[in-house]
Amino acid sequence: MPADEAVRAALAGVAPEPGAAKPDPILVVDDVTRAFGGLKAVDVAHLEIQRGAITGLIGPNGAGKTTLFNLLTGFDRPGSGRWRFDGRPLHGLAPHRVARRGVVRTFQLTKALAKLSVLDNMRLGAPKQTGESFFGALLTPWGRQEKANTEKAHELLVRFQLDAKADDLAGSLSGGQRKLLEMARALMMDPTVIMLDEPMAGVNPALTESLLRHVKSLRDDGMTVVFVEHDMDVIRDISDWVVVMAQGTVIAEGPPEALSSNKDVVDAYLGAHHDRALEFDAEGNPIGETAELVTEMESVELGVDPSQTPTAQSVGLDRPDRGERT
Amino acid sequence: MIDFSVLLTNSLAQLVGTSAVFYALLALGLNVHFGYTGLLNFGQIGFALVGGYGMGIAVTRFGFPLWGGVLFGMACGAALGVLLGIPTLRLRADYLAIVTIAAAEILRLVTRSTSQTDLTGGTQGLTGYADAFTAANPFDRPEYSYLGVGFVRTELWAICAGWTAVALCVLLLWLIVRSPWGRVLKAIREDEDAARALGKNVFAYKIQSLVLGGVMGALGGIFYALSVQSLTPDFWSPPQTFFAYCALILGGAGRVLGPVIGAMLFWAFLSFADGLLRQATGGTDPLIGFIDTQDVGAIRFVLVGIFLVLLMVYRPQGIFGNRREMTLDAR
Repeated sequence: MPADEAVRAALAGVAPEPGAAKPDPILVVDDVTRAFGGLKAVDVAHLEIQRGAITGLIGPNGAGKTTLFNLLTGFDRPGSGRWRFDGRPLHGLAPHRVARRGVVRTFQLTKALAKLSVLDNMRLGAPKQTGESFFGALLTPWGRQEKANTEKAHELLVRFQLDAKADDLAGSLSGGQRKLLEMARALMMDPTVIMLDEPMAGVNPALTESLLRHVKSLRDDGMTVVFVEHDMDVIRDISDWVVVMAQGTVIAEGPPEALSSNKDVVDAYLGAHHDRALEFDAEGNPIGETAELVTEMESVELGVDPSQTPTAQSVGLDRPDRGERT
Repeated sequence: MIDFSVLLTNSLAQLVGTSAVFYALLALGLNVHFGYTGLLNFGQIGFALVGGYGMGIAVTRFGFPLWGGVLFGMACGAALGVLLGIPTLRLRADYLAIVTIAAAEILRLVTRSTSQTDLTGGTQGLTGYADAFTAANPFDRPEYSYLGVGFVRTELWAICAGWTAVALCVLLLWLIVRSPWGRVLKAIREDEDAARALGKNVFAYKIQSLVLGGVMGALGGIFYALSVQSLTPDFWSPPQTFFAYCALILGGAGRVLGPVIGAMLFWAFLSFADGLLRQATGGTDPLIGFIDTQDVGAIRFVLVGIFLVLLMVYRPQGIFGNRREMTLDAR
């Protein structure tokens, strides 16, 4: 059975609700909070990530997706919370230690190291290099390890169609190529979990297809992929499981097909009143229930109790000649 | 008339002189900090001060042999790097800049304080530590002359010892920046979060960088102390750091030989500008009448400043730098 079908089968019995238990979770998150001043950016009670699956993390702007990424990878410190990776606690570790454990991330704003060559970017990713300690660099023969890393780097560059660029400076690559380079560089670490923060952001549409194929191939190689994305089509295309965040919390989970019919998700994206038919008169003024809704929204904005302002006229929203409305 | 042969020989003397050695060592250290790791150290002269005074105090007050004093001075530079790095390197880059420039001034003021006269000699200075260095001078003729440039024997000995130190530093740097260790430093310069995400302990590397560059700065201070044979606190003032930065930018940051060539040219040019102005303004019928000879000391820096501005406009990457790298955007 191919990897994607196996993963789908394993997730088939999971209830599509926030905090659902997975059959084989690799990452288990509990009670994670992060507040910026009075704003609670992240408040996740429980979340499990299935091993070997592609989990999409979606949500409107400001939902706390990237903040959650930063917390899980040690780049930000939580107000509270615990999370375990493969049964071992991962919280409280510095980012480089998280990466060494096998949870490797990429960034929304690509961090290609501009003044290093593409090949050097790749070699930097290799773990456990003896030449990376000061005395190791001077006193140990790190050349053989470097050669092996270079070969591995070339293989990955071929896979990501960057081999022709190996000796160019990374700063000369296009946006999409930088995304590819960042992904390839992360693979140099042989990660168990790879966390991609908006891998498609700012990428030429022509490259999106190839990027998606590469993300899928990560799963086929046995890696667990967690990625943040805005584009619903992308999510539907490649994820095995989708986690929806809004205002810092997980509001829904489920297979991608179930998403568009989930009321909470649609509300989070479009607002709670999106499905009401709007009524206007010939001059474009709201009438009927629409007028009441406008009144309600306006008074919330003005900080007035809606019961005190029975009609839109009293706040000067409507024209006086609309007597037929009542 | 202006005598160009005198100007040229003077400049040539400065090209390899003790000042060039001193600033080359300082700039080599700054190159490790700024050129390779992206750390803004504005207090390199502080590292030189602890090096020079560390050696001087160890030899005169505690009876160290000269080599012990040199090692002690270098250790002082390393210790200062750790001390300044621990509280600041986790913060944004600007904090290191502020702390280093303040620390260098604190060190100078404490050194010249009368309360420290027993240790540092205070404003009277410190002497008598260089006897072993003078005694080891292998040159026995009073004066030597090469290519029309004359050197007295003490100066020649200092220059030879100094350039040996520079050569060793360059060799070490050349070996280390082309290693995976150096690659991590450059990665930190480009984007430290990317380095973290790839499992590199950025803080540890920054400390190591600060220590390595600091030891080179300390070596500069030790060299200066040995060549002039007396230590006075007010020499170790903030502008020295900026001269070293000039040398570094002139030669090209992030290039192994950049700071060395930069320091040589900086002093040769300064000497040339000085000589030119003195000849043009001195004598009975000066070429430039509106500048007084006494102002030359200040005005030569104006010329150097103009020269640096022109360099930044037409060759912002320095002499050794790579223009293509300069024009790359950060992301």
